[in-house]
Amino acid sequence: MTVETQQLPFDKQYVSQFSEKRNEPKWMTDLRVNALEQADALPMPKPDKTKIDKWNFSRFKHEAEGQTISSLEELPQKIQSFLDTEKQDQNLVIQRNHTVAYSSLSQDLKDKGVVFTDIFTALSEHSELVQKYYMTDGVMVDENRLTALHAALMNGGVFVYVPKNVVIEEPIQSIFWQEDDEAALYNHILVVAEEGSSVTYVENYISDNEAEETVANIVTEVIAKGNAKVSFGAVDNFAKGTTTYVNRRGVAERDAQIQWALGQMNDGNTVSENVTYLMGDGAHANAKTVTVGRGEQKQNFTAKIVHYGKDTDGYILQHGVMKESASSIFNGIGKIENGASKSNAEQESRVLMLSDKARGDANPILLIEEDDVTAGHAASVGRVDPVQLYYLMSRGIPQHEAERLVIHGFLAPVVNQLPIEAVKNQLRDVIERKVY
Amino acid sequence: MAGSTLEIKDLHVEIEGKQILKGVNLTINGGEFHAVMGPNGTGKSTLASAIMGHPKYEITGGSIHLDGKDVLEMEVDERAQAGLFLAMQYPSEISGVTNSDFLRSSINSRREEGDEINLMKFIKEMDGNMDELEMDKNMAQRYLNEGFSGGEKKRNEILQLMMLKPEIAILDEIDSGLDIDALKVVSKGINKMRDEAFGCLIITHYQRLLDYITPDKVHVMMQGRVVKSGGPELAKRLEEEGYDWIKQELGIEDETVGQEA
Repeated sequence: MTVETQQLPFDKQYVSQFSEKRNEPKWMTDLRVNALEQADALPMPKPDKTKIDKWNFSRFKHEAEGQTISSLEELPQKIQSFLDTEKQDQNLVIQRNHTVAYSSLSQDLKDKGVVFTDIFTALSEHSELVQKYYMTDGVMVDENRLTALHAALMNGGVFVYVPKNVVIEEPIQSIFWQEDDEAALYNHILVVAEEGSSVTYVENYISDNEAEETVANIVTEVIAKGNAKVSFGAVDNFAKGTTTYVNRRGVAERDAQIQWALGQMNDGNTVSENVTYLMGDGAHANAKTVTVGRGEQKQNFTAKIVHYGKDTDGYILQHGVMKESASSIFNGIGKIENGASKSNAEQESRVLMLSDKARGDANPILLIEEDDVTAGHAASVGRVDPVQLYYLMSRGIPQHEAERLVIHGFLAPVVNQLPIEAVKNQLRDVIERKVY
Repeated sequence: MAGSTLEIKDLHVEIEGKQILKGVNLTINGGEFHAVMGPNGTGKSTLASAIMGHPKYEITGGSIHLDGKDVLEMEVDERAQAGLFLAMQYPSEISGVTNSDFLRSSINSRREEGDEINLMKFIKEMDGNMDELEMDKNMAQRYLNEGFSGGEKKRNEILQLMMLKPEIAILDEIDSGLDIDALKVVSKGINKMRDEAFGCLIITHYQRLLDYITPDKVHVMMQGRVVKSGGPELAKRLEEEGYDWIKQELGIEDETVGQEA
């Protein structure tokens, strides 16, 4: 071993064997091999104001099997708690390490042509469909070294396909459970909503690796065709040992809507990018994210909406609570390209500091290349308002409880938007655990 | 005599280094309604905030006791748990916390653990009180005071008063910003509280509130002190003649303390 810790022990042979073992189509094997070849020459991502060169992106185990289950009752309680278990006929994928432990989709949705399956099944059964959208419109392979490594080493994920005009009422849900403490997750989520369709997707990431180190390198691509509506909810909760790079990207065509509600509750160092391209006229994106930072954790969050189409609307909300020595940068970026007239870009970044040692930066950025637009931003970094506490306490509520109410309230915009009651409760519990 | 007694003696209060109250004396017994009147800038709201323990106000002298217990030694929540309540002039807006959750937490904070209020009973009581105050039922599920109009905020303060049933309530300019219909509704709610145990201190600079809530005692504040006390007839005279006669009687030129916080 050399001292260059960021050098990966994976070569072309390993990657092509990995691909062949899974009977992947040739285009996928080629994509992986090409990506690996490019990776070394590409720079690491450079998140604004956060140095990531010392972070662990190389020490991990790439493959880990997980046990399958035949019934949800076999799951431990902590995983079951993410499910509305009393509901019948759930649309659910549970990935345990790199194995699909459980997968179900209602007959009704199957009949309508909906696909909701793990990414490997999708590659074998819907190869052309996946190929059309896989790292073509959303995240590009050669954006940086981590996106290239993601493409080369992808080892999990799901594919969601909603045919034209199909409206899915019930949310569909994925659970990515990293049971093996050293297993890295190179997860790829691809959601394609055809014209006039509608879907709500919710995902949970869970791990327990307090001491063991590993990596999560996640790419999510959401393609919303004309007039489609995609509501995307997530609760990320990787433990302290996981270094996370998560890139969630949306592409909205004419009159399409993409709504993000992201509970970013990792305990390890995290770089999170959430970018939506409003390509078509009248497209709309709403990106709400909340986070709690604790311990020595360093995090960098970018929420960005780029307006290309006319009359497009983008709204960003980032709320973060920082305690102990945690440090986070929040970049809220609204970009209106030339020609995107009548567009509106709004953003709000707020950070609540619970300790003197914590650090939080809110950077609202508007980049506007068109005259006929509206835009606005608000940013603040501060402590819990003593007058708010006084008001709550004046009704008899003790200070500790008053602070708790204010913090939960501050993080409520994302909690309330999550469509699955169990996930909502889980996010509340995670917030409770992280804050107290 | 039933109920509690709030005893304020020679109270001196500063805000940001500026002396506002310069020796207030006032005793409120359970069953009594007191009105504190006076022009703007004479220290009325400071008195209310100081009793409740607003973080910006510093007590520099005097004492406040509730049934012999030293209120100034208590944290804000302890003052409420001891039976004090302040209907605020400018209630805070708290995003993400529903009115109903807030109210339930408040009620439970005055009860023992394990003896929390029954949810059905709570909802029934809240519904009843909201009807009384002619409040829209969806206000229970809205975030605490967020986006409430001035009038809605005042009604919401009185809703809390009715739900929490304190021993002694202070109402700080509860009438400001209310139209006559809203004033009647709010007054009805306050009058409903009246019994032989409940004590109330009503702070106002308009006599019109006292047309609907008859005080037992009326006090006039000027220059950070109570300068005159009397019965309901004092309020009537103030309505007819204003404050100038008191200033003349006492030889006061400028009645203010310089700055109303």
